[in-house]
Amino acid sequence: MSEQPPAFQFATAAQQDEASTLGMWTFLATEVLFFGALLAGYSAYRITHPAEFAEAARHTKIVLGTANTAVLLTSSAFIATAVEMTNAGRRRAAALCLALTAALGIAFIAIKGWEYSLEYGEHLVPALNFDADRYGGIAQLFFLFYFFATGLHALHLAIGIALVGGLAGKSVSDRPPETITVRMIGLYWHFVDVVWIFLFPLIYLVGRNQ
Amino acid sequence: MMHGSGTETYLNAGTSLRSWLLTTDHKRIALLYFASITFFFFVGGIAATMIRLELVTPAGDLVSADGYNRLFTMHGIIMVWFFLIPSIPATLGNFMVPMMIGARDLAFPRLNLLSWYLYIIGGLITLTALLLGGVDTGWTFYEPFSTAYSNGYVVLTILGIFISGFSSVLTGLNFIVTIHKLRAPGLTWYRLPVFIWSTYSTSLILVLATPVLAMTLLMLTAERVLHVGIFDPALGGDPLLFQHMFWFYSHPAVYIMILPSMGVVSEIVPCFARKSLFGYKFVVWCSIAIGAIGFLVWGHHMFVSGQSLYASIVFSFLTYAVAVPSAIKVFNWVATMHKGWIHFDAPMLYAFGFIGLFTMGGITGLFLAALAVDVHVTDTYFVVAHFHYIMVGGAVMGYFGGLHYWWPKITGRLYPEYWARFAAILTFFGFNLTFFPQYVLGVLGMPRRYQVYPPEFQIWHVLSSAGASILAVGYALPLFYFAWSILKGPRAPANQWNATGLEWLTRSPPPPHNFSTTPEVVRGPYCYDLDGNPQPQAAHV
Repeated sequence: MSEQPPAFQFATAAQQDEASTLGMWTFLATEVLFFGALLAGYSAYRITHPAEFAEAARHTKIVLGTANTAVLLTSSAFIATAVEMTNAGRRRAAALCLALTAALGIAFIAIKGWEYSLEYGEHLVPALNFDADRYGGIAQLFFLFYFFATGLHALHLAIGIALVGGLAGKSVSDRPPETITVRMIGLYWHFVDVVWIFLFPLIYLVGRNQ
Repeated sequence: MMHGSGTETYLNAGTSLRSWLLTTDHKRIALLYFASITFFFFVGGIAATMIRLELVTPAGDLVSADGYNRLFTMHGIIMVWFFLIPSIPATLGNFMVPMMIGARDLAFPRLNLLSWYLYIIGGLITLTALLLGGVDTGWTFYEPFSTAYSNGYVVLTILGIFISGFSSVLTGLNFIVTIHKLRAPGLTWYRLPVFIWSTYSTSLILVLATPVLAMTLLMLTAERVLHVGIFDPALGGDPLLFQHMFWFYSHPAVYIMILPSMGVVSEIVPCFARKSLFGYKFVVWCSIAIGAIGFLVWGHHMFVSGQSLYASIVFSFLTYAVAVPSAIKVFNWVATMHKGWIHFDAPMLYAFGFIGLFTMGGITGLFLAALAVDVHVTDTYFVVAHFHYIMVGGAVMGYFGGLHYWWPKITGRLYPEYWARFAAILTFFGFNLTFFPQYVLGVLGMPRRYQVYPPEFQIWHVLSSAGASILAVGYALPLFYFAWSILKGPRAPANQWNATGLEWLTRSPPPPHNFSTTPEVVRGPYCYDLDGNPQPQAAHV
């Protein structure tokens, strides 16, 4: 519950917190449909061209992808802990967990950047240097979706890192963030994590061993 | 009733430009929207006027063929995204949702202001693109034409639509949270006015369909800018996928336009029949059902596209299904009037117009839902007439009805009743004269989006253009008498129409935070005793 008096349009602080929570969930519903449209398009082509997509997917870097999955899941554990620490009023512990969350987010983006540079070196980037003669036109479609989806995910993650980093700094300042703010940003972080949990198997795993 | 010059209202709470442009008062933001969408309505109207002028003669003489393509594209884009989608939700909804549920504002007032700015930025970007030379794709941006061949400002136009999409999402989100969390004590879900239910259903569509359009437009932009194949078959893509994704948004978008109007009519009809709404729960659940089933009918735009016949059969069936809750509503409005004490004020005349024109548009929608008939009339004027009966005859009639109904509350002034009745009747006749001939044209085989046509169609086009000139007068009249009303209109009482909703319990125009004390709701909406006296939802405020 908020420590400050509620805004004028609310009767109680509890009502305000409930409104914020519902607002965030509604926003995440929008985001689900946003990514959902992309994954629906990807899946449609995957079904139309199963062999070509499976072949193209073998060029993705599964070790780096798996490492990133571990990094992101760990970051979610830290932000969940940060929410609990904030609830318990343990501000320094909360700040530490938030800082670790943001650091892991940055690590994810660094690994992703490394992965992108490897793919650039192998002429796998559509519109920049894709070698269609070597990989085929359908593989280009696959990599277009790959960069589109992982790029949008990374953009969402970057926004999350900025938010969480800001919270970490604020947690040790004179005016610590409200519990509800930490919880809201935590929800957003988990959402970005969940998007990756769908992207990882769809891109890296499906059909890899056929 | 108190309306001394010393009384503080939301209108005189601050008069500087800054107090308007930085306001977070939902009522002022509603007026900002009202001014902006009125501007876009007339911009879209100018394009329509040019189209109707061009079509008076069979030859192409007013504009070039390419210019004609750009005109109807501009008309469609402006009217759909910058007038119809925001029309009732962002103006009347913004103003009335907090008032009708006894709240002091929306849940997120600053987000509400941001929403208006996003709309304005998006609108100006798209308008710039259209004025620089425009787009020739039609408002549907069909692939692969829009990426491979179109020579217009496709990306800039889309950028504007993309940005204004965020405005839609934020408005919908704000309404959902407000309706869930800010209802006055005693205002249970089944005591909510139907306008609130309709706005709720509309908001769900705004929040769940708009992001799909956003993603589709992003993918289209990627294909056009980067020259990589997503939808273009020459580059390995599938243009049908684009149509699926586009209509997944754009069919529910029709319900974004019509559901709020149905909500307005559900307010007006009981009020002017002095009778409780017949079958309240049916009307409520039909609003939700239309929103839900509306997500599952998009494939009826693709019956001749080459999609699977079995998919077409399912979409055809579901399209018939979505007509059922719509028809239930029409029967309920008519049953509400039965043995009522009907008052023929301007809002009621607009509601009559809505019911008649919507029924007409709905029934011709069933013709189009039939697979075999659709093959004959696909992409003809029959389709044009059908969706104008829904989106203009229905949605715009409801918008004007609501505007007249709530005008005394919003401005604190009365409008000249007889001029308004005249405008309502003129609009009804002008509308029918404009669009009924287009049904005939469609059945005779006149395709849509053609500038040049065989001479035997001319009589129907002349009739349609004549009707359009009458319709234009019907739409322009309110501009004048509303302006007069603001300057010289008599002061309005708190409850001009003997209505029952919470919004009528507070002053006209309302004070900055709507109510002096939070209303305690004691009954559902639309309660009238046998003498036709209103039983307000709350005792006093």
